[in-house]
Amino acid sequence: MNDFLDQMRFGPRKIAVTGHFGSGKTEFSVSLAFALAAQGGTERLALCDLDIENPYFRSRERQDALRASGVQVYSDPSDGRNGSELQTVSAKVRAPLEDPGCRVILDCGGDGSGAMLLRQFAKYFRPGDHRLLCVVNCNRPGTDTPEKAAAHLRAIEDASGLAVTGLVSNAHLVRFTTADTVREGWDFTRAVEALTAVPALAALCPEHLLPELDGCGFPIFPIGMYMRDTYLDKSV
Amino acid sequence: MSKVLMKGNEAFAEAAIRAGCKCYFGYPITPQNEIPEYMSHELPKAGGAFLQAESELAAVNAAYGAAASGGRVFISTSSPGLALMQEGLGFICSAEVPVVVLNVSRGGPGVGGIQPGQADYIQVTRGGYNGDAKIPVLAPAGIQECVDLIYEAFDIADKYRNPVLIFADGMMGQMMEPVELPAPRGITPPEKINETKPWAITGTNQHPGRNVVFSLRLEPDVLEAHVEHLFEKYARAEKELVRYKTMNLDDAEIVFVAFGTMSRLCAEAIELLDAQGIKAGLIRPISLWPFPDAAFDEIGAKTKIVISTELSMGQMLTDVKAAVAGRWPVGLIHRTGGIVPSSLEIVERAKKLLEEVK
Repeated sequence: MNDFLDQMRFGPRKIAVTGHFGSGKTEFSVSLAFALAAQGGTERLALCDLDIENPYFRSRERQDALRASGVQVYSDPSDGRNGSELQTVSAKVRAPLEDPGCRVILDCGGDGSGAMLLRQFAKYFRPGDHRLLCVVNCNRPGTDTPEKAAAHLRAIEDASGLAVTGLVSNAHLVRFTTADTVREGWDFTRAVEALTAVPALAALCPEHLLPELDGCGFPIFPIGMYMRDTYLDKSV
Repeated sequence: MSKVLMKGNEAFAEAAIRAGCKCYFGYPITPQNEIPEYMSHELPKAGGAFLQAESELAAVNAAYGAAASGGRVFISTSSPGLALMQEGLGFICSAEVPVVVLNVSRGGPGVGGIQPGQADYIQVTRGGYNGDAKIPVLAPAGIQECVDLIYEAFDIADKYRNPVLIFADGMMGQMMEPVELPAPRGITPPEKINETKPWAITGTNQHPGRNVVFSLRLEPDVLEAHVEHLFEKYARAEKELVRYKTMNLDDAEIVFVAFGTMSRLCAEAIELLDAQGIKAGLIRPISLWPFPDAAFDEIGAKTKIVISTELSMGQMLTDVKAAVAGRWPVGLIHRTGGIVPSSLEIVERAKKLLEEVK
C-alpha cells in the first residue's frame, strides 16, 4: 500500500490541487483519481476540473475514461464538450463539495490566477476539512529555485485565501525524465519545505521508473501519462 | 546547455527574444495567448519593446513601421487573426522589410474554434494579401524545431527583406516539451543598424540623404520593375529555402505527406502499420512555400499510394498532386473542426485507401 495514497484516501475528503502553470497538476489529479477509484470502497469519487486558464490538456478531456472508472467529472456548463477556455464553471461542482459521502479532487488552473477560483467556494473549506496541495516542478523556468517556488506558493495562498497543506514534487521532463530527475525534484521540494514550513508529501514518478527508485528513502506516488497522447513524443 | 520544460508558446516567445527581437506587437487570440503574455513581462527585461495593439490590423502595421527602422520585429496570432493581418503583410512584402510572423493555428472558417487546425495552409502559402508577393512558410513538427526555426527566421527575413511565416498549430503552442534554448544574440543597437541594413530608416546618422520605405508606386513601369525585382528574390528563396524530412521511403507501400502535429501522428501510424506487416513512409514538408517537390523524387519503387494527411479538408492536396505529377495515386486522410484523429484512425483509413488502389 502506498502511504501517500492512503493519506489521500483516508484524510480530509476535499483535495484541491494547485501549482505553478505547467507544473503537472492535471496529470497528477487524473492519476490520483484513477488510483483512488482502483481502491474501490463505498465512498463516491469526483473530480472537478476548475481549469479556466488552459484551452487544451484539461482533465475533462479524459472524462469518459474517468466516468467508466467510477469517477464523476464536473467542469463547464456544457459538460466538457465546449472546446473553449470560457471562464465558466458548472454550478454542479457544488454537488460533490456538499456531499459528505464523496471524496473530491479539485483540479485548479495554474498559478494564483487559477487558484483564485477556489475563493468562490470558500464556504466549503474549513480548517482541517480539506487538503490544498501545491505541485512543484523544479524544471519549469518560473519555479526553478526554491525561493521562486516558495513565492509561487504564497501567491497561490493569497489568491485562494487558503493555506497550502502539502507539497507534491513533480520534477519531470516528459520523455526525458530519469530516476535522477525524480530524486533531484524531491531534494528541491524539501528545500521548498524548509522555506515555507509546508510538508513535502511525495514525489511523483512515472510508472516505468518505479523499479529504479525502489528503496529511494522518500515517498513515491506513481503517475501515468493520461493527458499526453503517445504520438506527441514521436520523433519526426 | 540543459533542457528546460516549457509550454510551446512560452518557448516560441523566448526564442524570438533570444534571436534579438526588438519589438513585439500582440493582440490576444487563443491558442497563442501565452506569447503576448510572456512578451509583456520578458521582452522589456531584454531591452525590447512590447505593445499590446488594439487589433491585429494595428499589430501588423505597427510591425511594418518598426521593422522599417531596422530592429528585429516579431508578431504572433492565430488563424482568424492572421486573416486580419493579410493586408499589412502585403504592404510589408512590397516595402521589403523583414518581419517574423508566427501563426499558432486553430480550426475555422470564421471565428471557428480554438482546438488545433491546419486549415490555414492556403492562407499561409498563397496569402490573402493583394498583388504579386510571396512569404516563405516554415512548419515545425515540435517545440524544439519551432524554437530553432523562429531563431533562424529572423536571419532569413533579414536576408530576403521579406516577412517569414512560421506555421505551428495549436497543439504545438499548448503542449509542453523540454527544450534547449539558443544563445541570446542581443538587440542590435540603433547606431549599428545601418551597418547591416543600409536601407533602414534610422535618422540621418550624420550622413546626407535619406532612406524611404514605401509600397506606393503609381507608375506602372516602376511597379512592374519592382515586382520583377521581388520575384528575383522569390526565385532565390525557392532554391535556398526548400526543407523537408523523410522516413522509410525506400520500401514504403504507403507514403504519408504530413506537416506539424499530423506528421507525429503519421510517425506513430507508420509504427502501427509496420506491426501489421505494411510498410509506410513519410514526407514531412518543413517549408510549405517553397513546397518540397524534390522530396517526391525520393519515393521508392514499391509505393502504391501517396496520402496527404491533414487537419483540414485537404488544403495541401493541390501541392501534393502537383509534386506527385501523376506518378502515384493520391489519397487524403483528414479531420477538421479542431479534431485531431488517433493514429489508429489514420492506420485504418490508410489501409482502406491502399486496398482501393491495389
